[in-house]
Amino acid sequence: MSFFKKLKEKFTTQTETVTEKFKDGLTKTRGNFSGKLNDLVARYRKVDEDFFEELEEILIQADVGFDTVMDLIEELKMEVKRRNITDPNEVHGVISEKLVEIYEGGSDASSELNIQENNLTVILFVGVNGVGKTTTIGKLAHSFKSEGKKVLLAAGDTFRAGAIEQLEVWGERVGVEVIKQAAGSDPAAVMYDAVKAASSRKADVLLCDTAGRLQNKVNLMKELEKVKRVIEREIPGAPHEVLLVLDATTGQNALIQAKTFKEATDVSGIVLTKLDGTAKGGIVLAIRKELDIPVKFVGLGEKMDDLQPFDAEKYVYGLFADDIEKGEAEE
Amino acid sequence: MAFEGLADRLQNTMNKIRGKGKVNEADVKEMMREVRLALLEADVNFKVVKDFIKKVSERAVGQEVMKSLTPGQQVIKVVKEELTALMGGEQSKIAASSRPPTVIMMVGLQGAGKTTTTGKLANLLRKKYNRKPMLVAADIYRPAAIKQLETLGKQLSMPVFSLGDQVSPVEIARQAIAKAKEEHHDYVLIDTAGRLHVDEKLMDELKDIKELTKPDEIFLVVDAMTGQDAVNVAQSFNELLGLTGVVLTKLDGDTRGGAALSIRAVSNTPIKFVGLGEKLDALEAFHPERMASRILGMGDVLTLIEKAQANVDTDKAKELEQKMRTASFTFDDFLDQLGQVRNMGPLDELLKMMPGANKIKGLNNLQIEEKQIAHVEAIIKSMTKDEKSHPEIINSGRRKRIARGSGTSIQEVNRLLKQFEEMKKMMKQMTGMQQKGKKKGGFKLPFNPF
Repeated sequence: MSFFKKLKEKFTTQTETVTEKFKDGLTKTRGNFSGKLNDLVARYRKVDEDFFEELEEILIQADVGFDTVMDLIEELKMEVKRRNITDPNEVHGVISEKLVEIYEGGSDASSELNIQENNLTVILFVGVNGVGKTTTIGKLAHSFKSEGKKVLLAAGDTFRAGAIEQLEVWGERVGVEVIKQAAGSDPAAVMYDAVKAASSRKADVLLCDTAGRLQNKVNLMKELEKVKRVIEREIPGAPHEVLLVLDATTGQNALIQAKTFKEATDVSGIVLTKLDGTAKGGIVLAIRKELDIPVKFVGLGEKMDDLQPFDAEKYVYGLFADDIEKGEAEE
Repeated sequence: MAFEGLADRLQNTMNKIRGKGKVNEADVKEMMREVRLALLEADVNFKVVKDFIKKVSERAVGQEVMKSLTPGQQVIKVVKEELTALMGGEQSKIAASSRPPTVIMMVGLQGAGKTTTTGKLANLLRKKYNRKPMLVAADIYRPAAIKQLETLGKQLSMPVFSLGDQVSPVEIARQAIAKAKEEHHDYVLIDTAGRLHVDEKLMDELKDIKELTKPDEIFLVVDAMTGQDAVNVAQSFNELLGLTGVVLTKLDGDTRGGAALSIRAVSNTPIKFVGLGEKLDALEAFHPERMASRILGMGDVLTLIEKAQANVDTDKAKELEQKMRTASFTFDDFLDQLGQVRNMGPLDELLKMMPGANKIKGLNNLQIEEKQIAHVEAIIKSMTKDEKSHPEIINSGRRKRIARGSGTSIQEVNRLLKQFEEMKKMMKQMTGMQQKGKKKGGFKLPFNPF
């Protein structure tokens, strides 16, 4: 379990609270995923075809997606052969290693936000209906505000009933201003206003909400392109981030969502929400692998500070935390 | 790439084993692997898939498939039948209490679409069943959730009961029902807050609302895009509350919606309605067979046919068929047909319902330009009566005039004339084929979509 030990060491030197948040938030996920994995390892005496088949099932149940699972299993088989591993307990470590490897990918796309120091940073939020865009913006506004930044919100969801009000409530809670127009108005016009206001008021961060839309509605995707174009035109280089908000409970469709939204708005990162349920959000693996979009934040609860920057190792630590502690006790 | 339909998958498998005189057990196993893949890609739960494959395998190794000349098609048929059976019959009835008001509780995870569905359901109750529903805003947690329901109520001109977000949902429900009795509303729809099925405190709150209001229906609202976790969600809600039905939302997206199957199989709760759009009338009864087609990636021919039936004039269609046979099809008929097709909805959406259409490369990105169709209409409308019925008389002078009259170019007019000519040729061939086919025992589709 040297890999776990490495992870553990890394995190004890880091801020305890953040790691704890991952651990707590992922309790259900871990209980499910790790529990199954432990059970699997306990039941098999040696690593054989049946073992891999069951492992395949566990990963598929985590919504990792069939193609990614097949690749992962293939790599695992090679690794097991190369290292001459026969004890299932040892495979355990290799699995988490491989998971981190996929998350980090071959690319250097980082999970850091592209923040403009001493200048306005514009972040556009996109996604299908009901994934938690507005809530994410509220939480992120809170986090920027507590860093001492001047934050402005743009109420770009002019379609859904109550959406503007929802963002306004967040604005009040956090204590930041919301730029809005009447319900039903053109979202691109709202963005124009917001960008102008952010520039003239010398804001540090502008967070732009948009209406949820299913990715196969071509007209609505065009509308989103226009919203982005307006921002681009007013501030060269903006939006500095386009974040796709994904619900962790979403299955294979998330891959199509990521692909379509990326084509329309050049998505630069993902916010994975609702990870505090039993869902595992394994589809982000496939998304990272096939589309190379990094996860930048994860939603681990309902509280304002439950949105955390994503860290692949922490995530895997969260998934396997029980094993790390168990491994320690054994030593 | 992923997401091929079952028909494609099986087709590929069949191509591999074609030439063999018989299908053996190993072949069936290979086919089942493809079935399994198609179902997993559609987000059908893993365990459900496993049981399902077992069941279908038994039937597939049996006589009906092995002895068949077209085992691939037979497997598809078996799979589809079993899927449809698994999802149960059509059950879109809503309970009606003998002592009104009938109480309906809407529950689910955050972001599933409860509030929107509550509005849609109220609209359906009034429109289809002539009821007088009242909406209850019991989501006191999400910012502006009450406002959202109130806005929907305003759009529908329906009363919304709310006590703000400082009163407990149980108390809101209690007062709402009293008020509904007083004002003679026969249905009360309670919109509860979204919650995680593992959040014990909030789940207990739902239980309290249930005990107090004794609802006649408890609908679980589920996002059709949900993945493997759908079973955990449905199971938890069902165990605690005893669901009476499921509403599947966002089915107008491009998800296969395998969650539907999983939920039904695990919680044994019927899916009653599906949400198919953002407008308040976009709630429809659930059709198991269509869902089965969709999960397998086989298109939705039935909906297409239904749309056609609703929009196409049958007399005109017969007349048209006659004209096609005799190849006396004119530009007037063409214009007519164009109008009827357009009535059915956006063309790209219609195309997507066609079986096999997902196979055609690039179709997903294809946007049939509505503008182009408008140009075609303008060109035809700029023709004289004679020209429309005898397009062969359109010489270069006439072409110039038509182009000018329709605000298009001569090239566009030429293109249309050429296309029309080809279309007529094709019609001739098709009628020829049909007559030939009749002698040989009918015209056959490449595979049977039903």
